[in-house]
Amino acid sequence: MNNVISDETIEYVGILAKLELSDEEKEAAKSDMGRMLDYIDMLGELDTDGVEPMSHAFPVQNVFREDEVTGIDMRDKMLSNAPEEQDGMFVVPKTFD
Amino acid sequence: MSDILTMTALELGRKISAGEMTSVEATTEYLQSIKDSDDKYNCYVTVDEEGAMQAAKEADDGIRAGRLKSPLAGVPVAIKDNMCTENLLTTCSSRILYNFVPTYESTAVGKLRESGAVILGKTNMDEFAMGSTTETSYFGPTRNPANPEHVPGGSSGGSAAAVAAGECGYALGSDTGGSIRQPASYCGVVGLKPTYGTVSRYGLIAYGSSLDQIGPLTRDVSDAAAVLTAIAGHDSKDSTSIDRDGQDFSACLKKDVKDIKVGIPRDYFGDGLDDEVAASVKAAADVLKDAGAQVEEFDLSLVNYAIPAYYTIAAAEASSNLERFDGIKYGYRTEEYAGLHNMYKKSRSEGFGAEVKRRIMLGSFVLSSGYYDAYYLKALKVKALIKKAFDEAFSKYDIILGPVAPTTAPRLGESLSDPIQMYLGDIYTISVNLAGLPGISVPCGSSRAGLPIGVQLLADCFCEDKLLRTAYTYEQSR
Repeated sequence: MNNVISDETIEYVGILAKLELSDEEKEAAKSDMGRMLDYIDMLGELDTDGVEPMSHAFPVQNVFREDEVTGIDMRDKMLSNAPEEQDGMFVVPKTFD
Repeated sequence: MSDILTMTALELGRKISAGEMTSVEATTEYLQSIKDSDDKYNCYVTVDEEGAMQAAKEADDGIRAGRLKSPLAGVPVAIKDNMCTENLLTTCSSRILYNFVPTYESTAVGKLRESGAVILGKTNMDEFAMGSTTETSYFGPTRNPANPEHVPGGSSGGSAAAVAAGECGYALGSDTGGSIRQPASYCGVVGLKPTYGTVSRYGLIAYGSSLDQIGPLTRDVSDAAAVLTAIAGHDSKDSTSIDRDGQDFSACLKKDVKDIKVGIPRDYFGDGLDDEVAASVKAAADVLKDAGAQVEEFDLSLVNYAIPAYYTIAAAEASSNLERFDGIKYGYRTEEYAGLHNMYKKSRSEGFGAEVKRRIMLGSFVLSSGYYDAYYLKALKVKALIKKAFDEAFSKYDIILGPVAPTTAPRLGESLSDPIQMYLGDIYTISVNLAGLPGISVPCGSSRAGLPIGVQLLADCFCEDKLLRTAYTYEQSR
């Protein structure tokens, strides 16, 4: 494997991805990611100098519209999906002291 | 199997409209079929018996009153479980959405409802559409009706299997890298991925937003055209959707390919392609040639680079799209946690399966500072080159013909152990999503073991008429 993924990298990516991996999952992730990156390195064989990166397959432009309220009040319906709710609000863990 | 369960959606719709049968009768029959065989195939995550019977009664009333004129009015349909259905559980086959009941309807499903469709339920899929076998579902794998020891393909495996098993009249799937066309091929049904933007993605739970597209899985090409007509069109809620309103995709269906030039990429018939699949697909090309099409081989180029480019882009978009699942507003939340960030991390880690986590990790890495240019931007540049290769091909040919997948459906349990091997199976389907093209998988035979094989036809963007006409001509001529 050309791409050796370090423990630090996996920790860092775990922070970015907001995932907490078990030791076993971390080892698997290191090997999977290394192999995938080896494979993706194949793209380096292509000369892409001067090629514009293409995010959409055809040209798309920004679409403007009036900022009008079209929704209806669905508070209770939406809260019924919440893992925890109280007095019409989402309950979250304490975020600061 | 009863006649109703093998009829095409249009045949069934005609009988219902003509009063020879009611939607209630057809729906009752389909619900019974699900009861009889879904323990074996596991096509559905959720069956909405009550909602379906109610919709069937309304369809019958609407047809009788002359309000519903769609050729699909009253026909029972199955919806892939990544499309939001108002008041009906929508899980994406993931633990993290195991209890999610949307407050709104995806546009594609809403359009079907308006045309009088009867929604039977929600079909199983690879978790968040990430996979090629429907084995990454939190709710267990779907089995292939042609042989239950084999996978149905994926990620729209539940939809394809439900059509093949007579558990729905037709189905909607979504295709990010082949997720409609490949399971259609494995299950022996028709699967159409429209040009990017043809069907609104509003309410489709996003995987790779620049690649995702909703499309039909059906028993024949005419059904696929009719369903596309019903669901296509611009939607102000999806600014990437294109104005093709009012286009009747069925109007092009005639048996005539005399003006069609078909190109077969030599690069699609190299190493790794199963002999039986190759022979079946080449025989399909001969059928079109006999029907009057001009058929020749050519070099498409860049074929092998599509997979690494695709997985970089798809993983990057997935890592961003799946950030919203945080255990706060809906879905799964871990039981015990210490503070907000730990709650996010634990909810996500327990809620997502292995393949989803693998792609989120890869996507987060290729987007991270220091690697963004080398991986993500590089992949977007290669995407531009791939698009250019297709532009050149379509300056010479109307249709590109090739296999859908290198093999027939693998046995259950054989694919997941080696992710790269699994990704290689997407080689013929994924470049289509990178280039935004329409593509269709049409049954073209079966292996000696009795497993279905499909042929894939591709056309240039917005050329569904040529694509469907060629597919229809093939279907009628074989």
